[in-house]
Amino acid sequence: MSDASLSKETISSKEIGPKSSKDFATTPKRRSFIAQNPSVLWFLLALAAFTLGVTLLSEAAGSAVISTSFVKTLGKTLCLCLVAIAMDVVWGYCGILSLGHFAFFGIGGYAVGMWLMYARTEAIVAENLAGQIIPPTQAEISDAIASQIFGVVGASEFPLIWGFSHSLILQLAMVILIPGLLALVFGWLAFRSRVTGVYLSILTQAMTLALALYLFQNDSGLRGNNGLSGLQNIPGFEQVPQAQISIAFFWASALALGLGYVLFAWVLRGKFGSVIRAIRDDEARVRFLGYHVESYKLFIFTLTAVIAAIAGALYYPQAGIINPGEVAPIASIYLAVWVAIGGRGRLYGAVIGAAFVSLLSSWFTGGGVPAIDLGFYTIQWTDWWLVLLGFSFVAVTLFLPGGISSLFDRLVRKET
Amino acid sequence: MLRVLFTVLMLLCLPVAGLAQDLQSLLQVHKDEIAKPKRKSVGPVLDALVASGHPALSQFLQNWQEKEVYQRTGDEMFFYVQESGDALTLLDIETREIVTEGVAEDAMAQIKPNGGVRKAIGEALVQFQLSDPDPARRADALDAISRNLDASQLEPLKRSIEGETGPSLRLRKERLANYLVARFGKTTGDRVTAIENLSDDLSVDGRAVLSQILRTKLVATQEPTDSMNLARIVTPGEDEELSVHAAYEILVDEAGLPPIVTQEDVLAIIGANVDGGRAGGIALAAMDNWDMRYRAYDALAEQGVAPPRATDVPALVSEWTFAEVYDEKDSDVTDAAKATQETVETRVAMSQAADLGLDAISLASIYFLAAIGLAITFGVMGVINMAHGEFIMMGAYTGYVVQLFIPDYTLSLIVALPLAFAVTFGAGVAMERLVIRWLYHRPLETLLATFGISIALQQLAKNIFGTQARPLTSPGWLDGAWVINDVIQIAYIRIAIFVLAVLFLGLLLFILKKTRLGLEVRAVTQNPRMASSMGINPDKINMLTFGLGSGIAGIAGVAIGLYAKVTSEMGSDYIVQSFMTVVVGGVGNVWGTLAGAGMIGTLQKWIEWLNPSNTLAAQTYMILFIILFIQFRPKGIVALKGRAAGD
Repeated sequence: MSDASLSKETISSKEIGPKSSKDFATTPKRRSFIAQNPSVLWFLLALAAFTLGVTLLSEAAGSAVISTSFVKTLGKTLCLCLVAIAMDVVWGYCGILSLGHFAFFGIGGYAVGMWLMYARTEAIVAENLAGQIIPPTQAEISDAIASQIFGVVGASEFPLIWGFSHSLILQLAMVILIPGLLALVFGWLAFRSRVTGVYLSILTQAMTLALALYLFQNDSGLRGNNGLSGLQNIPGFEQVPQAQISIAFFWASALALGLGYVLFAWVLRGKFGSVIRAIRDDEARVRFLGYHVESYKLFIFTLTAVIAAIAGALYYPQAGIINPGEVAPIASIYLAVWVAIGGRGRLYGAVIGAAFVSLLSSWFTGGGVPAIDLGFYTIQWTDWWLVLLGFSFVAVTLFLPGGISSLFDRLVRKET
Repeated sequence: MLRVLFTVLMLLCLPVAGLAQDLQSLLQVHKDEIAKPKRKSVGPVLDALVASGHPALSQFLQNWQEKEVYQRTGDEMFFYVQESGDALTLLDIETREIVTEGVAEDAMAQIKPNGGVRKAIGEALVQFQLSDPDPARRADALDAISRNLDASQLEPLKRSIEGETGPSLRLRKERLANYLVARFGKTTGDRVTAIENLSDDLSVDGRAVLSQILRTKLVATQEPTDSMNLARIVTPGEDEELSVHAAYEILVDEAGLPPIVTQEDVLAIIGANVDGGRAGGIALAAMDNWDMRYRAYDALAEQGVAPPRATDVPALVSEWTFAEVYDEKDSDVTDAAKATQETVETRVAMSQAADLGLDAISLASIYFLAAIGLAITFGVMGVINMAHGEFIMMGAYTGYVVQLFIPDYTLSLIVALPLAFAVTFGAGVAMERLVIRWLYHRPLETLLATFGISIALQQLAKNIFGTQARPLTSPGWLDGAWVINDVIQIAYIRIAIFVLAVLFLGLLLFILKKTRLGLEVRAVTQNPRMASSMGINPDKINMLTFGLGSGIAGIAGVAIGLYAKVTSEMGSDYIVQSFMTVVVGGVGNVWGTLAGAGMIGTLQKWIEWLNPSNTLAAQTYMILFIILFIQFRPKGIVALKGRAAGD
């Protein structure tokens, strides 16, 4: 009898608001954010230790145990982890299987790449024109830059979308604004008409495909199939060796991952987080309880899109090149695969999944794994890795729905 | 009796009359022109030769053109020669009989007409070819004429129509003669009639005739334009098709006004007159804008080292009238041609619309075939099968493998269709049993698990068949196209795919509406729990449905492989379109899929037509349209009503 009345009051307290919620919900509030989320502390410690270790072993620190290219790979992996936790929040916490978050990642990369390419080409053009007797006009400089950049697609004028590319600040703002607005508009349209479940997945996939097809066109203004290249050369830092630049980006990626992790842990704590999880579990019931489900979903969708774009903006200067193939729908599906393998519904699961699968993938496809000679047939892992990945992914889905990180729970449960 | 004899005698006499003069003596009349022909003067000679109507003339003209005629330097007689060792054997110019053997090479001069003369000879030859007994050569002659319409061909062509026996060649000749009359006819009345006859002609040649009659030239004039056959007046302006700058360029060419000094000229002049870091009294460093550059140039022009710039171009341009004038002087002809061109263009537009419609139907049937299997599994089981595209690929590869064993394309196709169904049916059932049935309550995970299978299958196909495209050859009777007129045509293979799609539509409707299996499938679709309480085994139904959907994907694969290439990635080209088709059409309904495929096919063709250079853009816009469409009909075109709609 007391149980029943208690639960009744709990429900009513929710409706009345903070005044009476004190009676029941004060206990968790007294505890600090870290105490509520012990994993955040552990994660930050592990990330700091990892960053420090890699830095000390890198070429920049002189010891050169880890090559510069591997530092770049690790830095890129950290960016992938960041986009993976964004994916985990939108899918594992909110239940929206978005197959478009890698598109936001790509847009972030394109936005930052436009400035990198413009500024670097500007420096080259200025150097070339310096020898001229008559100083060039502004229009001549801009024409020369444009024909240098767009010569490959047969154009020689700046398209409208490059209007801000001369300014780093504006272009960084684009990293956030373009994916943010795109996610906001798309999400608003989709959630408003109550598109859910697999329909939403397919719709996001269609959006990604449309974006990729658009970018593939030569007259898209983003160099079509060629994409943007030479992004590893940071304007103004031409004299700094790549070893140091790679470490700087590695730190920036680690910092972004740490901040992103804390941000998401903070957003998902307490009542707000509970609503988000409740939407995942039973959207209709949350709606009946009076919450405006669409706003919550839209917030999460847009926030994660922006974080994905930031991850992309950090990733592509390390990769050096971005082309429309990166934005293709398959990339977003891989993102979902990483999160599923790592374990949905926990942030560190996404990190584990992204790091594990992407590093394993580059190990296998990079020829790091010896071929297996079966006598009648030799298994070359560059050919068979995708087969292995595909089937092991099916196996994880069937036999380990919680992903790799759910193995931790078993360990912890055994100890207690 | 006497009359008959007389007639026979007359007939016998005719060829004799023709032979009255032999070829050699005919040629000797014009021997100088034939030995050293000139482009300008060869015309009358050719006319005279042709007028003689000598039977061996066409052969002679041909050899003359091919530089095979020789002249003996001694008596200026013409011969053909045969080389035998160091010496030459002379052949008679008419009969090709041996005349003399062992003639020294320097006693003979080869006649080498130049290119212009050879062309003139060729034109003269056309009339012989037009009446040649070999139809192929007659057709060649017609091709030659239609490549380059010329007034001189009209008369010989008209003459040859009378004796033409082949009906299609006769039709072509009449058509061509009509083109020639339209362009070069003697009287205005003839030409107008000929032009009006063209209104039925949608061919490129016919339209070219009209546009050639209507060819215009842009001219600048300061005189009244009444006397010209005017197409229209063009007013130069910044936003007009003729910019002020371009108009001035015309004046430079035609009226000899001073040319505009280009920016390159300005830079070159300044660069050539640099003196101590200054040019025209202005420091070079200050010249990073055009104001200063022009000022420097003007200063240099005042010193006399450069031509002055034209000032006030717009005022100069405004003193002139610019007009498009027809090359054709006769306004009645151009009026008739314009009216006919409008008629023809309307008809061409209508035909293109019909052609586009046929293309859209054909694309829609491909999408329907690709998507219907997906629609069945999605509708009945609520399961998204990302590996559906790979089942399509499997079907196509099955067809390819069958062709390796059965070289007869018709037979192999007959074997491949059911085999592809069987292979993909098996694969589908295996996938359902092993993976999907464990995930029925987790639809998003089904999506990802089937995606895992999809990448594994794709890579497997790549490992087995390689990355290059494999051919799936269609039987000979499916080659070619059904040509309705010059604009509307459709390939037989596309018709076959359409027929296949219709067959499957019928078959599926039959299975779903008329068979026990269909009844049970529909029951499970509407309410699985209730169906299982009525004694239906949903497990078995799910398995069979999944197999059926996959099997149709296999058949779609064979059909798609016949007109596109078979690659390991062909599935992923169709999977998103298939999803779109299902989602737009409405889930779980054959008619919905049909409507979806029809809409997407039509839309894609329509957008491609609006922007033909860019199929990527077409796909982009189509997907954006579909995203918007879902906003207004989230359940698709044909939505299930009532409780069956679920959720």
